[in-house]
Amino acid sequence: MADRQRDVQKPDLGRRDFLKTVTTGAAGAVAGAAPLSAQTQPSRDHQVLPSDPALRTKALESLLVEKGYVDTATLDALIDTYEHKIGPHNGAKVVAKAWRDPAFKKRLLEDAPKAIAELGLTSGMGDHTVVVENTPKLHNLIVCTLCSCYPFSLIGLPPVWYKSAAYRSRAVIDPRGVLREFGTTIGDDVEVRVWDSTAEIRYLVLPERPAGTEGLSEEELASLVTRDSMVGVTKAGDSARAGRA
Amino acid sequence: MNGIHDMGGRHGMGPIPYEKNEPVFHEPWEGRVYALNRAMRAHGKWTLDVDRHALELLPPEGYLRLSYYERWLRRLEIQMSQYGIATPEELEAGKAAPGASKVAPALTMAGAARFGVRSIPSPIDPAVRPLFKVGQAVRAKNLHPTGHTRLPLYAARSAA
Repeated sequence: MADRQRDVQKPDLGRRDFLKTVTTGAAGAVAGAAPLSAQTQPSRDHQVLPSDPALRTKALESLLVEKGYVDTATLDALIDTYEHKIGPHNGAKVVAKAWRDPAFKKRLLEDAPKAIAELGLTSGMGDHTVVVENTPKLHNLIVCTLCSCYPFSLIGLPPVWYKSAAYRSRAVIDPRGVLREFGTTIGDDVEVRVWDSTAEIRYLVLPERPAGTEGLSEEELASLVTRDSMVGVTKAGDSARAGRA
Repeated sequence: MNGIHDMGGRHGMGPIPYEKNEPVFHEPWEGRVYALNRAMRAHGKWTLDVDRHALELLPPEGYLRLSYYERWLRRLEIQMSQYGIATPEELEAGKAAPGASKVAPALTMAGAARFGVRSIPSPIDPAVRPLFKVGQAVRAKNLHPTGHTRLPLYAARSAA
């Protein structure tokens, strides 16, 4: 709260200092650590963020609309797309189809973008989406250690935990520990393979089909496929993870 | 570059912050920042790799302290003057300077969608013959140029 008040009382100081660095571009961003500190952010917790980013965003948007670079309706449509249209239900359709249709699964593992297009979906990232299959002897896990690359056209924008320092740092050196943290137990005899995404190649895990689902329809199967199971941190149909995405 | 963004293999980053039923955006401004970034990239002034490198150039302490979309906001603000799109004075005012030039026509959703998809991945040139076969043993060089690289630090000294 003290930090917040300081922001309110001296809003110009942080902002002007910050804007000075902007003029020097990226090089300024490297050399000038101080201006970032001047933009006081008391906490990384979303619940207590000061209004500063909201105000800066508003200024930036107004300016870019006025200059003709963006229009408000386009921004609204982009946001609506990612809030309501593109999400894990897209990837779940792909997985359910692969579980029921061995020929489709074969095509999916060989050329994911082409197979995904058969369902009227897009792999989004051009031609470089790769689907990796979990088996009783192999468990796949996806991370982006350098940033946040993710098959977002199939499973939506990445959640905060996927982009967190904790997940990115640990997934490649202690994947079994990470899986345990998600409540996922992997036998010692099961190989764990970690895929580090790049800007080009986005991986999607094809989770194992849960036992006892033989009679289910594609829609029923799709409802068992969670976002987390397609990243590989949980298994599909894991009811113990109720409430998890 | 092997900056703070290169997180694979680092210790001490704590437990993974899991939020049940997490919303796509936690605050309305996060959605606006996301959309602004996508729309501005669609103008083709820079590529996804340039965008990634711009995040990597943020000072480490800021990189760690800012939330994901605060980093995206910061990056876009920096790009405004870097690419001559807006001056710091205009950013501060949230208003174009008198007589400033305007872009026409404005970017449409269709244009954004088309360019958004096309501009994201750099092409993987099929005409270049790979040096290694799948499964072949390789050793990563301990090489860190100052630009954007896909070689993470944890792999830079290892053989696999």
